[in-house]
Amino acid sequence: MQKRVEELTIIDKQVIRNDYICWEIQSDKVFDKIVPGQFINIHVKDSPGTFARRPFSIHTIDYHHNSIQFMMKVVGDGTKALSKLEIGDKMDVVYPLGNGFSISDEEESLLVGGGYGVAPLYHVAQELIAKGKKPCFLFGARTQNNFILLDRFKNIAELFITTEDGSAGHKGLVTDHPIWKERIASIKKIYSCGPESMMEAVAHIAEKNNILCEASLDQVMCCGVGVCLSCIKNTIRGNEATCLHGPVFNTNDIVW
Amino acid sequence: MVDLSVDIGGLIIKTPVMTASGTCGYGEELVDFMNIPDLGALVVKGTTLEPRQGNDYPRMTETASGLLNSIGLQNKGVHYFHDELYPRIEHLNDHIIVNVSGSRIEDYVSVCEILSDLTKCTAVEVNISCPNIKEGGIAFGTSCSEAAKVTKEVRKVWKKHMMVKLSPNVTHIAEIAKAVEDEGADSVSLVNTFLAMAIDAQSRKPILSTITGGLSGPAIKPIALNMVWQVYQAVKIPVIGMGGIMNAKDAIEFILAGATAIQVGTATFIDPASCIKVIRGIEEYCNEQGVKNVRELIGGLII
Ligand SMILES: Cc1cc2nc3c(=O)[nH]c(=O)nc-3n(C[C@H](O)[C@H](O)[C@H](O)COP(=O)(O)OP(=O)(O)OC[C@H]3O[C@@H](n4cnc5c(N)ncnc54)[C@H](O)[C@@H]3O)c2cc1C
Ligand SMILES: Cc1cc2nc3c(=O)[nH]c(=O)nc-3n(C[C@H](O)[C@H](O)[C@H](O)COP(=O)(O)O)c2cc1C
Ligand code: FES
Repeated sequence: MQKRVEELTIIDKQVIRNDYICWEIQSDKVFDKIVPGQFINIHVKDSPGTFARRPFSIHTIDYHHNSIQFMMKVVGDGTKALSKLEIGDKMDVVYPLGNGFSISDEEESLLVGGGYGVAPLYHVAQELIAKGKKPCFLFGARTQNNFILLDRFKNIAELFITTEDGSAGHKGLVTDHPIWKERIASIKKIYSCGPESMMEAVAHIAEKNNILCEASLDQVMCCGVGVCLSCIKNTIRGNEATCLHGPVFNTNDIVW
Repeated sequence: MVDLSVDIGGLIIKTPVMTASGTCGYGEELVDFMNIPDLGALVVKGTTLEPRQGNDYPRMTETASGLLNSIGLQNKGVHYFHDELYPRIEHLNDHIIVNVSGSRIEDYVSVCEILSDLTKCTAVEVNISCPNIKEGGIAFGTSCSEAAKVTKEVRKVWKKHMMVKLSPNVTHIAEIAKAVEDEGADSVSLVNTFLAMAIDAQSRKPILSTITGGLSGPAIKPIALNMVWQVYQAVKIPVIGMGGIMNAKDAIEFILAGATAIQVGTATFIDPASCIKVIRGIEEYCNEQGVKNVRELIGGLII
């Protein structure tokens, strides 16, 4: 879909624990196809120290209501100012940005996420399921309380979790989970989004086992449209703007 | 209908609004947001003789009302621009102005020679003011004699419009402007970014990989405005003003201070349609004020 700048109306706001907010924002214009893994870039008002826009992954799309859901973790001034907005207020958004994941035809795929990186994997899974495929989630966190909205994910696909302290699921990192041994032969594609160290470790497993792997990078961004060249990552083609040529990359192309 | 066209020194552009180099890519990134042919000119990313990867990440951070960057002129080199990029963007505007940068005077000259045969490339903006490369760039822009030397050598090979982009990191910017005017510059553009830095108190480390960078955005506007005013009074050639222009009101202020045209930079990062919004806003202002021709406003400061 063509990119645009627009004031979207907040039609839903759910505060989860006290540091996550699940937003739904609506356009009065029709959406064309938005690709899972694309993101939105929001202008923050009422925060004097916040000059640049703030990027957030699209969690899911409702094409009937022309609305976008996204999950926001409150971490600093920008997200704090946004958290004050209420249903009925407007958000100034540039969207949809970036390339998104390439939803391919592999029968079995593993969707590996950590932190707010789980958000776009929901949209990925929805598209895979619509194609009759069998995605499976594998999420990691430091401790049980750090997971959010697990039920939502569990409702649409199989879900495995790991925690570093063993408070839930398998103890260890996502890369330690037994599913890798059990299903490595059948998994044909990996979609990952989360902390860079996690995505890098997952990429190494994928490479060793010859599995196609895509990762959504999380560089600090500004313009979101490829013109400021601040969000670069070194790739086999040289430095590339992750907001334009990414945020999703084939992990074989990334120079970690 | 307001006449928005201006003459920037032998070159007539249909509106006084251009993109600022390094803030609009090559224009093609912005086609979803605005009609690029409506701009007075498209000023593209700083172009060097050899490809450059730019500086290491992180190379941008925000400050109160502005941005600090040390991109370091990442570009694929003039040959790539000539052979690959130009054919892709030549339909975007009648005036595609290439911002020419370099570490040695010979490099500026070579880049201009290579650009000479591109029809829509009706002007170059000689960048003697980049604060983010180790050699050259700003070094040429902070001394009258060096600035004059670059201008003189480029003038020998570049027959079309030559704009020279000045650094604000000097004591007397008007002196530099006069020096390049004397060597045949057709216009001067100002300002480039201000040398600045940002520190993370927690880690006690600089935020940018290069320690220092260049400051842009609303934070620099009043200083830039003064510099445009100073230069306007010192030279006869047209002045292209920039520095923190976020909307039409800001643009009008620069025109009143003496700018014949203006460039919109950092604003594009906040709203990718900024340039067009500034053009519409200038038109509205003229209508409201009963101004038939935007040229009436140039240097129109009432003292
Ligand atoms: C493509 C992309 C998708 C994203 N998707 C989501 C999402 O779905 N949900 C979500 O909650 N967040 C997401 N983020 C991160 C989000 O943009 C940042 O958390 C936000 O910009 C922080 O703004 P702030 O003003 O509150 O914090 P700041 O005061 O700017 O920073 C607070 C802390 O967050 C870190 N930070 C700032 N920007 C980023 C960034 N881009 N990436 C990682 N850390 C950052 C800072 O280094 C600092 O430690 C995404 C980032 C990118 C690049
Ligand atoms: C990210 C970034 C990249 C820039 N790259 C260039 C460049 O390649 N060449 C140049 O002459 N100026 C460059 N500039 C300077 C701008 O063109 C402009 O002079 C400056 O930012 C002041 O205007 P503004 O406040 O409207 O941004 C760059 C500025 C920014 C913020
Ligand atoms: S955020 Fe500006 S180029 Fe990516």
